[in-house]
Amino acid sequence: MYDTGKVIIGLAIFACIFLFPFLYSHGSAAPKPKPSLDTPAIKALPQKKCVEDTKFMITTHMQFLNNWRDQALRDGNRWYVNKEGKKVWISLQNTCLRCHSNKKEFCDKCHNYAGVDPYCWDCHYDPNGSKL
Amino acid sequence: MNMDRRKFLKAAGLTTLVGLGGKGVFELLKPGTVEAEMAHEGHEEGGQEKGSGPKVRWAMLIDIMALNQEKIEKIVHTCHHLHNVPNWGDPKNEIKWIWEDEYEHVFPDSYNEYNHILAGLPFLLMCNHCDNPPCVRVCPVQATFKRPDGIVAQDYHRCIGCRFCMAACPYGSRSFNWLDPRVSLRKEIAQGRKLNKRFPTRMRGVVEKCNFCVERLAEGKDPGCVEAAPDVMFYGNLADPNSNVRKILKERVSLRRKLELGTKPSVFYLI
Ligand code: HEC
Ligand code: HEC
Ligand code: HEC
Repeated sequence: MYDTGKVIIGLAIFACIFLFPFLYSHGSAAPKPKPSLDTPAIKALPQKKCVEDTKFMITTHMQFLNNWRDQALRDGNRWYVNKEGKKVWISLQNTCLRCHSNKKEFCDKCHNYAGVDPYCWDCHYDPNGSKL
Repeated sequence: MNMDRRKFLKAAGLTTLVGLGGKGVFELLKPGTVEAEMAHEGHEEGGQEKGSGPKVRWAMLIDIMALNQEKIEKIVHTCHHLHNVPNWGDPKNEIKWIWEDEYEHVFPDSYNEYNHILAGLPFLLMCNHCDNPPCVRVCPVQATFKRPDGIVAQDYHRCIGCRFCMAACPYGSRSFNWLDPRVSLRKEIAQGRKLNKRFPTRMRGVVEKCNFCVERLAEGKDPGCVEAAPDVMFYGNLADPNSNVRKILKERVSLRRKLELGTKPSVFYLI
């Protein structure tokens, strides 16, 4: 075998470069975000409850919002009946963001952490904010 | 993968062109298929006269004789405020849901230069919410569709900005957002315009038009234009022979635009 030493050095350098991103980011993950529930509308609630239960909302709110959109616009029915039988008016701006009136400290906190940028905000916006 | 909507649509459009397999392209080349499908869906004769027709068909009556410049401005302003329609101040980028034009352009087919009653009168134009809407036929993604109550709705979430609907509409009722409408809205807000915070804006690359105020009807409110000028605009159920609009149509002479095309508009001009 020729040049065994050079091959081994080459392999070692390759391994270093290849593994660098993994080693570098190890242990330095950003802390899990805590979406804030500190809004006047939520404070005024007799029971701190979302439209559906919290676990469902955390895991499924993306599909849930798509269903809301289709029910309101395609089926023309803007009343959603939740699992407890309560009627909720379907609206991203006028329902979700009425309770969660702190979009920056709530929706955006999680989304920035997860690296998602919902395109909804190209048209919908935070009615509590001063900027469009 | 993180791909925004515009990039996705561009890529999808390119793929469609290359493959010539996109549904929209395919159907346009073979109009017969579309016809067959529409007949199958029962759209062909959804007329107000048929016994098996819909229970509700919203119609708008506009009393041309009661219109004046002041009322037109109030109506247009109310509608465009309610729906955050930008005012670019430039016909190239103009977005319009309801607007004014003159007899000559509104009824080019029946225009008669010796008609001194109609010539010179202001007309208000809006989406005709046709019973047989050509825009709905050509939309490749069903972003525009006819609701059971006759309103031709536009679902911005599905619109891919192909503008087939604009080419198909004989009334010029649809506008395309060449630019981001928020650029104009921000400028107008700085100059004192109020935003309707209950309603979203649109974005660059989608088509928009009058939605017959579906969001207000859902809340039990009248359409914005009717609220702005209740002595000019009347809306009601055309499918009900005893409705307010049917009663008015029995008593007054009315016009509808480009009837010869068979689109069956739901907007009537009272003269
Ligand atoms: C009636 C007020 C109200 C409305 C309307 C509302 N929420 Fe909530 N939401 C809450 C409350 C209160 C909580 C916290 C529940 C808890 O502490 O278990 C919550 C929790 C959540 C969570 C979980 C946050 C976490 O703790 O990690 C998500 C996600 C969420 N909401 C999204 C939405 C969306 C999307 C909508 C519109 C479809 C919406 N909410 C509408 C009150 C509301
Ligand atoms: C508990 C954290 C959390 C909160 C609070 C939260 N989201 Fe999310 N959201 C996520 C995560 C994580 C995703 C990405 C899920 C995925 O890609 O599978 C997401 C995705 C979405 C999507 C789909 C985006 C896409 O590109 O597919 C929408 C829409 C959305 N969120 C709306 C909202 C709204 C509106 C609020 C505030 C009312 C909100 N979310 C609050 C964590 C959160
Ligand atoms: C191109 C512009 C645009 C985009 C992008 C958009 N929307 Fe909408 N959305 C609208 C408009 C306009 C309406 C119509 C409002 C009405 O009729 O009340 C609407 C209505 C809705 C409704 C029902 C009515 C209401 O008041 O909220 C929901 C729910 C909704 N959108 C959710 C979403 C979600 C979730 C996203 C992102 C995944 C999104 N939209 C992205 C323009 C948009």
